Amino acid sequence: MNYIASLLVLAITTALINNMVFHFFVGNCPFIGVSRKVDMAFGMGAAVTFVTTIAAVLSWITTYYIMSPGAPLATWIYRALTHDPSKVSDLSILSYIVYIFLIAWAVQLVEMYIRKFFPALYKAFGVFLPLITTNCVILFVCLEIMKHIGQGASDPWGLDKALVYAFFAGAGFLIAIVIMAGIREELDHCDVPKSLRGPGITLIVAGILSLAFMGLTGVDSNLAKMINRKPPPVEETAQAVTAATTAMK
Amino acid sequence: MSNDGPTPLERFINGIIPENPVYRQILGICPTLAVTNSMEGAMTMAGAVAFVLICSNILISLIRGLLKPHLRILVFTLTIAAFVTIADRLLAAFMYDMSKQLGPYIPLIIVNCIIIARCEICASKQGVFAAFSDAVGQALGFTLGLATIASVREILGFGTWFGKWLGWRVIPVTAPEHWSTWVIMILPPGAFLTLGLLMGVMNWIEARRAQTKKATA
Repeated sequence: MNYIASLLVLAITTALINNMVFHFFVGNCPFIGVSRKVDMAFGMGAAVTFVTTIAAVLSWITTYYIMSPGAPLATWIYRALTHDPSKVSDLSILSYIVYIFLIAWAVQLVEMYIRKFFPALYKAFGVFLPLITTNCVILFVCLEIMKHIGQGASDPWGLDKALVYAFFAGAGFLIAIVIMAGIREELDHCDVPKSLRGPGITLIVAGILSLAFMGLTGVDSNLAKMINRKPPPVEETAQAVTAATTAMK
Repeated sequence: MSNDGPTPLERFINGIIPENPVYRQILGICPTLAVTNSMEGAMTMAGAVAFVLICSNILISLIRGLLKPHLRILVFTLTIAAFVTIADRLLAAFMYDMSKQLGPYIPLIIVNCIIIARCEICASKQGVFAAFSDAVGQALGFTLGLATIASVREILGFGTWFGKWLGWRVIPVTAPEHWSTWVIMILPPGAFLTLGLLMGVMNWIEARRAQTKKATA
């Protein structure tokens, strides 16, 4: 499969088929909590996409060079300290703590940077930034990327794939939360049973949406097939056309 | 020890029904939805959350005098992350299959809002005993929430209850022909639907109880 096509398939799989909210159930707290108005939902989704992408790049770099088993930088330091060239470092036990630290740091950094240089943008999604330190989507993306780095990984990802994965994971969350907010704005005019009001009906609507998103299963493999299909040789096509025309006659 | 605020016993009871983390506070929905397609997964998750919740509540309560206000959330998260790493390694060592099945949802306990909320609301303000009983109460409430959802999903989806560990069949194999297992309950949409409907049932019971109380008063 060629390079662009593999990235495209990864993007569609991540954003639509294995949607963060409807397939992996991560990021549900803001999905239920902040999906009351479309503009707020969009702000939240955009902030999550932004931070996820940055945190994913940071975590790819730290995992690849420092934390994964046999990572180059850590191994080099280890060997230099112990004077034993056969040693291989493995710091993967620290990965959860490091990821949390990286995410908190990225959120702070993004918040300060935006407040200083893009005041309008800060007004748009600044309020959501501190909240998303504990957003599951970001940590989930970091963990997924960790799975695809190192010698044990069956399908190793470079920085490019990690970046595409992270961006489209955020985009999937954005799509889900904006759809939900649109539906909830209409739901305000509906006569919902009293005990289901609020989170109850939101969850049921999410269930139906999730059912709809399940219909996209298989789009990725068919898309890959379509991109990879070689056009049939010209003579064969011509024969097929004449056969078809004679059959029609 | 300053002990303003609810007593340990109140904290304990609070967690189970009145402030149930799943149905009342609606916190920590990600694991609630993701691991409840079988009772085994749900109970393992509940055990891991209980371990992390109790340990981190005790530790935070012990160091509450040292916390700086602007750094407290970071300290909470790092403490929780350390305990989650321990829980993750223990699961991988003793229950390898379960650890594989739960996959990324064990590390996602770190960002589970329940634990941070309990650290913030209770452990950073009250003594060790209150924090401990609060953690146990919340953990029991969380277990109860997971157990109800997982029971509905597993019974309707597979026809079993604790199918892999105990092998109990609730719906017999020779069920009437018009009964077939509801595959949708095991798939993601079933999780959302079950939680939404159960939440409605909970609210309905609560409203009924309030009504009868008002009628008798």
